[in-house]
Amino acid sequence: MSSEPDVGFDSAAAVDGGEAFEAVVVGAGPGGAAAAAVLADNGVETLVLERGVEAGSKNVSGGLLYAEESAPFALDDLFPGVREAATERPVTRNYMDCLGDGNVHTIDLSGVHEHDTAWCDSVLRRRLDSWLAERVHERTAAAGAGLLTGVHVDGLLWEDGEIVGVTCDELDPIRADLVVAADGVNSELAREAGLMDWDEPEEWFQGVKATVDVPPAAVNERFGIDENEGVARLFAGDLFEGVRGGGFLYTNRDSLSIGTVFHLDSLAAERAEPHELLDALLTHPHLGRWLPDEYEEREYAAKLVPDSKKAAHPSPHRGRLLLVGDAAGQMQAQGPIIKGMNHAVSAGGLAAEAFLEARNRRDTDAAGERYERKLHGSGLFSKLKPRRYGAVGRLGEREAVADAVDDLVDSRLGRLGVRVAGGVVGRAFNSPFLLGALPDTRSAYATVPTVLAEELGAPVDAENGAEPPSLEERIGDLTYDTDVGNAHIELVDDGYDASGAAVTACPVSADGFGGGCYREETVRANGDEERVVSLDTQPCIECGTCAVVAETEWTHPRGGKGVDFHEG
Amino acid sequence: MAPMHTAVLTKGVPDFREGKVAFDEEGHLERGNTPTVMNPNDEHALRAALQTRVRHGGRVSVMSMGPPGYEDVLREAMASVYADDCVLVSDKQFAAADTWATAITLATALERLGDPDLVFAGFKTADGETGHTGPQTCWCLDVPVVTHVVALDIDPEDRTLRAKRLVEGDVEEIETVETSLPAFVVADPEFEPSYRTARHRLERKRLRAEARERAEDIDDHLTYWDHEDLNLDPDYVGLDGSPTIVSGVDPIPRAPAEREATEVDPTDPEAMGSVVEELTPYAGGD
Repeated sequence: MSSEPDVGFDSAAAVDGGEAFEAVVVGAGPGGAAAAAVLADNGVETLVLERGVEAGSKNVSGGLLYAEESAPFALDDLFPGVREAATERPVTRNYMDCLGDGNVHTIDLSGVHEHDTAWCDSVLRRRLDSWLAERVHERTAAAGAGLLTGVHVDGLLWEDGEIVGVTCDELDPIRADLVVAADGVNSELAREAGLMDWDEPEEWFQGVKATVDVPPAAVNERFGIDENEGVARLFAGDLFEGVRGGGFLYTNRDSLSIGTVFHLDSLAAERAEPHELLDALLTHPHLGRWLPDEYEEREYAAKLVPDSKKAAHPSPHRGRLLLVGDAAGQMQAQGPIIKGMNHAVSAGGLAAEAFLEARNRRDTDAAGERYERKLHGSGLFSKLKPRRYGAVGRLGEREAVADAVDDLVDSRLGRLGVRVAGGVVGRAFNSPFLLGALPDTRSAYATVPTVLAEELGAPVDAENGAEPPSLEERIGDLTYDTDVGNAHIELVDDGYDASGAAVTACPVSADGFGGGCYREETVRANGDEERVVSLDTQPCIECGTCAVVAETEWTHPRGGKGVDFHEG
Repeated sequence: MAPMHTAVLTKGVPDFREGKVAFDEEGHLERGNTPTVMNPNDEHALRAALQTRVRHGGRVSVMSMGPPGYEDVLREAMASVYADDCVLVSDKQFAAADTWATAITLATALERLGDPDLVFAGFKTADGETGHTGPQTCWCLDVPVVTHVVALDIDPEDRTLRAKRLVEGDVEEIETVETSLPAFVVADPEFEPSYRTARHRLERKRLRAEARERAEDIDDHLTYWDHEDLNLDPDYVGLDGSPTIVSGVDPIPRAPAEREATEVDPTDPEAMGSVVEELTPYAGGD
């Protein structure tokens, strides 16, 4: 991609047709870290390649990190001391606030939160992932390789139709017996292997988050907690104009993570602006009692979130390539349960174990099959894709059924039912079994919470003076290392019908805003007017939304280039 | 095969950047009021030396000649090349040396260092700008010199070096030369180190971590040599050993900063039209 002439001598590896490692792990998030740690601890020469300037600089999550009692791996077992060194606060209180017509009805989610939970901490990814990466480097270096940052793995290395390694922007091709793609929701490797795509907006959520600066003492005081406690609150109801999704607020050591998560199909269909929906939450009177008097946003971030119910791949492997975490769609979002990182950790550990077993039998090509059996045998896959959802959830999402349920709940009879059954609804939200069957309709996100608030809620009594920054200011506050002349996204079809949804759905673009990625333009030619879309990748925060809602050739920027999240 | 030993020559120079440099009323440099920094061109020598170290291992030493205040420069150089040790050749007797006397001093110090397999230098200093010291030093050492090097390929076993170098300082014309070790290499500003393999990058990362640890107690790795250490006769070094006579320094008059400027209202189509008209002749093409 570089236009500069290469005047250097070929390195020895290029002459020999590529260097080789036993295993290559692509991506240094929790999934990649778990895989690399297990491999290295068992003596596998493991190279970890991370495209960010530092691990965590490309990673965004809500984010709550769980350790499940039933899971095959937990992060603190693989990385002792991680909670003391690199997480924010343990979540000790968990609520859902249903908002409607100026009322709020709060449901205590302790039941579902504590079910199968060994511990749950809020995290910020730059701190967490960079700490993990240091440990991973120590352990992989001891096994003969190590971790490199600033390297973008841009494809698979093929030989006679088989995957034999990876190609990189910054390095000569690398051969390996095992390639773990832990390269996130927009995994280029998963797509090149034909395992994942960006086709259906229904399979995705988009999350948008503000990290709000609050001194530790103020966090404690405003939430009535001490430094070893934390709060998680979810928000649903009438604050998002009927776009299907909800909000969250998590306490960190010295900040709050406040964000919104919406179904991408709903977001695109309603032509909703993600940053405005976030602002609707940030400025809602109900949040006034927790926000500081002087609202100061440290970072605006966004992320595409796979809906594992639809997107989780049942056999996420091809040849030597094993997909882990978001790259395989392993992100569980069922009502108030939002679990991704813990499943990535488990999957990473299982992928590594699968390779070790196959290696012991001198049949490393069988690692993928073994990984698949472990995903299903460990119960991980049924958490990601419950069979109950297949039977009930999909039916509930069919339009006619959904509308009927909506109308029923909103009817006088339904409202009476809600009044009578208020406690039952609270219990339903606390039942992992029922949540697995929860359909993704307006009823679950908007109608039921709104009616609950209207019928059972108390008036919101707080005031909120928060003035979140404009989108322009938010982009201006982010750090970028722009790869001038190397746009990483190409707009394949600039027609408004094909790609216009990106103008609103892109979290750093907005209708009528000239400083974002996507803009609508009118081109006059031969007396005709044509609505087209133009793209400037400079403000891109690499979420991948446009890969789904627009016609693009989408790749990540080169190593170390693009946005550099400090919080994540 | 003995491990490679590489030395990098560096120099402290006045910081000529705007806002740092101080001149007196007659336009002479005020040395006391201008901070000393590492000669900017030495950066290229350090980059070349680091690439050699990453690819072939061995030991890297940094050497400079100057007053004790140059220690910070050495510190910076040592940090950027992850050097194992550094030598400051420092003595009042060496003061006011021209390039000849400097070359004699440096060559003697390099011999004392153990005749490194490779010596790197930047192509000229920002203060003297002669570009003589490097070539004169290797003449004293009687080793081959390759200048304007933009890429290097070393074969430690055969003890040979291939280099791509700019001909007439032009990137359009590059020749490849080969010589034997030991050799003296002057790195061009166009020198771009290449780390295209994961193992090279891992090695660089390992060296960086080691260097950070050394930086904690840099004094353990810093050696001072005076004329007695080097067994040099004061008559042949410093001012006394310098045949060059600087007869005078003429300040260069400042260029006039006057330019014609016209302000144009960007919303005025007629005015913007005139801008286009003005610029068209410079645009090239049609």
